[in-house]
Amino acid sequence: MNKTRPLLLFIGDLPKNLFSGFVVSLIALPLGLGLAIASEAPPMAGIIAAVAGGMVVSILGGSHLTITGPGNGLVIVILSAIVGMGEGDLYQGYLHTLGAIMISGLLLFIFGVFRLGALSEFFPSTALQGMLAAIGVGILAKQFHVMLGFTTVKGNTIDQLILIPSSLKNLLANPSTEMILASGIGVISLIFLFLYARIRNSVFQLIPAPMWVVIVSIGVMYYYDIVMKNPEVLGANLMITLPENLLASLPSPNFSKLLSSDFIGYTLSITLVAGIESLLSIKAVDKLDPLKRRSNINKDLRALGIATGISGFFGGLNVVTVIARSSVNVNNGGKNRSANFFHAAFLVLFILLFAKQIQKIPLPALAAILVYTGYKLSAPNNLIRIYKIGKEQALIFVTTLVATLLTSLTTGILLGILSTLLMHIILNKSVVLFSRNWLKPNVLMYLEEETGNYYVSVKNFCSFLNFFKLKSKLDEIPPSEHAIIDFSLCEFVDHTVMEGLNDYSRSFSRQGGFFEIIGLDIHEAKTEHPFAIRKSLPESSLFNFQVSLTKRQKLLQKLSSILNWNYLPDPVSNYVDLERFLYFKTRLINYRYNSLESQNKEFLLFDLSYSEGAFIAKEDLRSTFLQIKTCKNMPIFVLDKENFMTALFQLSGLKDINFKQHRNFSRRFYLSGENEKSIRSFFTEDLIVFFESHPAFYLESKGDSILIRGKERLASIQEVKQILSFAEELLKILENK
Amino acid sequence: MSSVSFKKILVGFAFSPNLKANVYEALRMADYFEGELVFVHVGRKTVEKESLFKEIVASSPAQSKKISIYWKEGNPVTTLLQTSEELHVDLILLGALKRENVVKFYLGSIARKITRKAKCSVLLLINPSVERRPCQHIVVNGFDSPQTEITIGTAFMVAKALGSKKISLVEEISRSKVAVAVDDDRSLRQATLRKEELRKQEQTRVKDVVQKLAVGLTKDVNWTTQSIFGRRGYSIGHYAKVVRADLLIMNARENLSFIDRLITRDIEHILAELPTDVLIVNSKGYE
Repeated sequence: MNKTRPLLLFIGDLPKNLFSGFVVSLIALPLGLGLAIASEAPPMAGIIAAVAGGMVVSILGGSHLTITGPGNGLVIVILSAIVGMGEGDLYQGYLHTLGAIMISGLLLFIFGVFRLGALSEFFPSTALQGMLAAIGVGILAKQFHVMLGFTTVKGNTIDQLILIPSSLKNLLANPSTEMILASGIGVISLIFLFLYARIRNSVFQLIPAPMWVVIVSIGVMYYYDIVMKNPEVLGANLMITLPENLLASLPSPNFSKLLSSDFIGYTLSITLVAGIESLLSIKAVDKLDPLKRRSNINKDLRALGIATGISGFFGGLNVVTVIARSSVNVNNGGKNRSANFFHAAFLVLFILLFAKQIQKIPLPALAAILVYTGYKLSAPNNLIRIYKIGKEQALIFVTTLVATLLTSLTTGILLGILSTLLMHIILNKSVVLFSRNWLKPNVLMYLEEETGNYYVSVKNFCSFLNFFKLKSKLDEIPPSEHAIIDFSLCEFVDHTVMEGLNDYSRSFSRQGGFFEIIGLDIHEAKTEHPFAIRKSLPESSLFNFQVSLTKRQKLLQKLSSILNWNYLPDPVSNYVDLERFLYFKTRLINYRYNSLESQNKEFLLFDLSYSEGAFIAKEDLRSTFLQIKTCKNMPIFVLDKENFMTALFQLSGLKDINFKQHRNFSRRFYLSGENEKSIRSFFTEDLIVFFESHPAFYLESKGDSILIRGKERLASIQEVKQILSFAEELLKILENK
Repeated sequence: MSSVSFKKILVGFAFSPNLKANVYEALRMADYFEGELVFVHVGRKTVEKESLFKEIVASSPAQSKKISIYWKEGNPVTTLLQTSEELHVDLILLGALKRENVVKFYLGSIARKITRKAKCSVLLLINPSVERRPCQHIVVNGFDSPQTEITIGTAFMVAKALGSKKISLVEEISRSKVAVAVDDDRSLRQATLRKEELRKQEQTRVKDVVQKLAVGLTKDVNWTTQSIFGRRGYSIGHYAKVVRADLLIMNARENLSFIDRLITRDIEHILAELPTDVLIVNSKGYE
């Protein structure tokens, strides 16, 4: 009986997914080509992986909003596999690697069957960060040369890093037209990628940055081709070449090295990285899901395994879940797995229709995208963030990073794990704590029969070594309930656990539950606890605002004293209420600061740091908001300025509530909400006239409280005053109702 | 018979700093259960030792009418077991020797050997004291086993004797019984429902057991049930520690089938960690 409703819902959501699938394919195309080229595989290998991933995982997978395709993390491993097994012949190496990819698909499938998704918990989070940073450095070091137009620089990551200055020198010493054009395209693309997030224009942002790079650089190539009559301005080694006939040129995987130690080693590292990247991404995407669904990671692993096998068979790279593309999907209104399918379908379409144009993409443009990706992976502020958590974390991070760069990826992560363990032993001055208690069950969870709360007690120690035990218990608690985690019997809690608990606390607060951690404060007094408190509260890790207030802060302070409100400049991470607004369904809140609160606590004005998207598609934003608590019972609605994006959303199925007798209002504003009838009766004549005659703000009601935002940036003092007076008049009208 | 009785209590003692506390506790126990005491020392008998011991016994505020003292030589574990069988005692009481963690471990290892072979119940005191420490909260296992009924009955009897006001009956439900692995929202809902069902089922079972007991035993005690999903024997120890129970009462092993062997191993979890004082109830006796 319930079968038909989800089906109808699915069909109703199709237009939205078609749209977001399209936008994702725009970023997937350049990334697919680029990642394949960066791993010395034919450009098509990346597209094949994306297509196989999109088709298979959307049907068999267990997650909802993830996009699958070739992954950033794998570039370095696959590159070393192709170079290592090719013994000079890259194409042969590629065929051997395809074999390894197929086997790794099989392994991933088996992991999924035996429900080993939880194994990823065995990796300490800092060591993982170090490994990812090393991958980022690897991509950056190699692609930086390509971006400048040099495709012949050889050697390992360290060599290539050292050679960067000499490439720059070569470029400046005797610049030819070809080199200037190539490096110009590369460098300008890179600058553009760094600046893209600053441009807040909805039409412009509709096309992802990498696609802009590709489109514009294709335009430049056509300009040289048609206007300058110089079709070969860049050499063939700086252009993409696709096979003439896509179907006839399928490579066949080579298994002849199946039992050699090389092959086994590469297969294992490919599987390791593919698994880790996918699991991390799936977890991260779940945090962005506006419908708060939980992914079935083991089912997803099985699907990824099958997709990888198919992709490898047709000459494609590994299929992994990718965070940047998934976040683009979420931000463009993707609702279910069909978006992943559509992204694959559009890629097929692009390849079939625009094969000629795609071959006009200059490599330096793609390299710039990859350099940007590599930079984002290895971002130096990552190290600073980790250093703030603790010096020992920074040491683990650097150890893993350096070890991975100097040796191989598997050795690197292994050393990362060992150094973390060693650090824990040193910090606790005890091996016994870990050796005696590692395999013992240390978590007790029960539903307290008197209160109906879930109580979880953790004993002995809790670190990456046994976090999976705690996790498996926590996973059994519905996030809409009240959970209490008690660490008072636990002697040691590490950073991986604290970070994991932070995720749980987020997902509980998103779904209306409570997640309390107790027993850590006592604990800190007893043993010096390095990770405990620092992780959970961002305020202490941020620099102190109180020392010197900026000019704007002083003005805010003055304003608050005039209004007789309370002003608090420090960042606060208590924002539970905010997350219930629709606006924050797909955005992650970091913290709020510069809060002004009225005496009766009805008005709360604050600056908010939040982010949209993730990884290379991530945009960090800061805006000023006003939250008003009213006792009035209002319908739940969103009122926004009508613009190109809202018009597009309407095309893909979102509804705008229009008023026939108020054409002007309906044209200027985009109004939406579940309960249309009550919204219509709420928007009375005087309210509509009020909105028409005032500047347009983003306004949202969640029943008992209103959220107002000015522009998508911090408001000036003048603007703050505007917002406040707007809100006061609005309240007057609401009170007269 | 709804409970075992502790009319004859064997106390193993050694000349450690804790001797006085151990002796006082033993005398108090005998007083509560109105039973006779058998003190056994494994080691050489000397005049000094004897006079010291008698002095301590005489100084205790609680006294017992029937006290006998045995001095024996040999291996402590086998000697204690042998004596207990010869005298048909109902309870073996073992106190901690020193107030140190390592020794607690030592007590655990001796206790483990004794509980494995003893044909009567065993009480382990991890923290004997000279002054009386009231036993307020008793945690007792309620898992599905033929012995449980008598164990629960004994718990109420002990509560009455010691004046405890609160008993928690803990049903440990093996996670394999839930049979639903939580992967996503749907399986989480299923698992939650299934657990709720199991919880109710277990609670009714345990409540039935309590209701069968004599009203005189249960009426003054505030008893509650608590279901725990977790590994048997282990999680109840953790629970006792969390709720700061004063006494944990468990079934003894049953040497019948493979499954019962698993339960034995679980008791050893508790013996290895000794979260609090532990009473292991052996309902078989000397059949």
